[in-house]
Amino acid sequence: MSFLTTEGVARSELEKILYLADEFTEVLARPIRIVPALQGKLIANLFFENSTRTRLSFERAARALSADVMTFSAGSSSLSKGESLKDTALTIEAMGVDLMVVRHSSTGAPRRIDQWTSCLVVNAGDGAHQHPTQALLDAFTLRRHFGGIEGLRVAIVGDIRHSRVARSNLFALTALGAQVTLVAPRTLQPVEYQDWPAAVTESLDEELSRTDVVYLLRIQTERGGASVFPSLPEYVSRYGLTRERFARLPKESVVLHPGPMNRGVEIDDEIARHPRALILDQVANGVAVRMAILFRLLGAR
Amino acid sequence: MERLLLEGATVLTSRRQSVADVLVVGDRVEDVLTPSGENQEVRAGARAIDLSGLVLGPGLVDLHVHLREPGQEWKEDIASGSRAAAAGGYTAVVAMPNTDPPLDAGYQARYIADRGRQVGLVEVIPAGCITMGMEGKRLSHLDDLLAAGVRIFSDDGLTVTDSGLLRRAMEYVGSRGGVICQHAEDPGLAAGGHLHEGRVSSLLGMTGIPTQAETTVVARDLALAELTGAAYHVQHVSCGETVALIRSARERGVKVTAEVAPHHLVFTESEVLKMDSVAKMYPPLRTEADVKALTQALLEGDIDAVATDHAPHAAHEKDVPFEEAPKGVIGLETAFSAVCSVLGGPALRTVFERMSVAPARIASLERHGNWIEPGIPANLVAVDPNQPWIPQRYRSKSTNSLFTGVPLVGQVRLTIHDGRITYDASRVADPDEEGSP
Repeated sequence: MSFLTTEGVARSELEKILYLADEFTEVLARPIRIVPALQGKLIANLFFENSTRTRLSFERAARALSADVMTFSAGSSSLSKGESLKDTALTIEAMGVDLMVVRHSSTGAPRRIDQWTSCLVVNAGDGAHQHPTQALLDAFTLRRHFGGIEGLRVAIVGDIRHSRVARSNLFALTALGAQVTLVAPRTLQPVEYQDWPAAVTESLDEELSRTDVVYLLRIQTERGGASVFPSLPEYVSRYGLTRERFARLPKESVVLHPGPMNRGVEIDDEIARHPRALILDQVANGVAVRMAILFRLLGAR
Repeated sequence: MERLLLEGATVLTSRRQSVADVLVVGDRVEDVLTPSGENQEVRAGARAIDLSGLVLGPGLVDLHVHLREPGQEWKEDIASGSRAAAAGGYTAVVAMPNTDPPLDAGYQARYIADRGRQVGLVEVIPAGCITMGMEGKRLSHLDDLLAAGVRIFSDDGLTVTDSGLLRRAMEYVGSRGGVICQHAEDPGLAAGGHLHEGRVSSLLGMTGIPTQAETTVVARDLALAELTGAAYHVQHVSCGETVALIRSARERGVKVTAEVAPHHLVFTESEVLKMDSVAKMYPPLRTEADVKALTQALLEGDIDAVATDHAPHAAHEKDVPFEEAPKGVIGLETAFSAVCSVLGGPALRTVFERMSVAPARIASLERHGNWIEPGIPANLVAVDPNQPWIPQRYRSKSTNSLFTGVPLVGQVRLTIHDGRITYDASRVADPDEEGSP
């Protein structure tokens, strides 16, 4: 089974991945940080959209499992020669690839590749739709910090409408028992969310005192996110996590951000460096979580 | 002159339907005979065709097809589109002018009509652009187009947004039998949109097109139609709110007509969840409530006509991520079955009213859309309203249909255009094995 979305994934399946990630975290703490679990397997990283951390994280995860890795970025591909996505996918499949990690700016592109090829596919982010491995590494980070996710109050703040991170986290975290509130101006809220397992509000200030986790999102300028509020300073005045707002959070609360951060916009520079900001923990945990997902998909084969 | 005797079908006349034999001589219906075997002299020498168990009605008329010629012949051309139309029971189709180059002058219209006659399977009626090059800036060669016989005007695919320009177009052609047709989609509200704005677009993180992109344009256009007195036609109505606007305008005397596409009567936004780009078209598939409202409006006549918006695209063009795919589905070969399935067998007369009589009237086509009686041009179709079938292959060059694999009830069996048989289901089992006409 490919891993394309967190929507509809059972809690037990999510927990299996988190348990596996615990084990791989131990592996990564050893003097020799590699296991032969996926020796002989070939993984292709297909990044049709720019990415640094996710691409490197997947490469690191695959190598730590002893898999062979091929990485391809859109700029260096034959897409610039007019080759279609389908032909690119079929070409790479023909090289004997077992699993493709796909990032694409269009919603559903990983799903299409899953339909076109017989390879397993892991969605590394498609349009504003889903980024499921991000959601799992966030859940893993919260579980390690708080000891569990059940009952955690999570406020996801910012460009919800254009965010695949928001959609992935919403479904993963609520499946694991968290309560999620989406905080955004009306123009950055999803258009229709009546059947989403979330509360939606415009007011960050009202949420602060009852929040365990503030999850900040970047404004997705590349998806039109910048043209839907009057100006950046006005956005910051309502939704930026300033030092004043941070001070009003419960003392045990933490701050997450999927990166890349825009310091001074959604997050104050000092808050980004605060011990209760788990942003670098998220990056570190990403490797173990992606090892768990790759192993879960390929290990039994 | 060739004589055809169409025997034993239930024949739809203007007042009733009863079993009769229809004699076609040349390109006209010569007589409608009681099936007693009398009138042997009249029957003598005619080629008899057994249509018992079928219903014989006026050949279908499609107000909205894209035949892609000239300019995009890898998707479709007038020959392949005509074959598809004949197989779908059509005897006339209105070809939208968004070809390459766009059809904005009379000589182009004559070329399209001539090509249709050369192929000879269906009357191809060219529509003309409202604005030059569909650029929305200045009027196309409206006099030239009218002189070439064009009556249907549209910048289909694009909306004429300049209200002053649209008013002038209505004033210019409105008094001369022309109909201004609008693809109603406000470019600001629809900007970046790929599907209906709502539950599915929110879940998938894709930008949606709200129904208001359609209703705001239609509301303005109705005001302009009222101002100018011109005949105005709403293309591919996609939502219930538009139906309400049309109904209220008609009640106050605005000369408005409207069409709906078969896919909007059957499918909803949920189709997009499969991520297959075949579910992408403008206007987009909307909600269950819209499907119900459109079906009701078609039954009751608030929507006058079914038009396919037959929009062929090659498989490789659709085999891309949803947001990158071209918009549109084919429809000529499945429209009758789809509408028959939706409205049901007892509404068969309504099916013919909406798929033949009304569209022929809207496009001023006197040779089409006539209930059967002696003297009418022999543009006819025989259908089996109870025959189940599952569409699998097409005569169109393209296969981008949502109806592939969907069980339907009702099938076209025989099409006659100007007295010639242009499609006979009993003689061709497999469209792939059918030669060129």
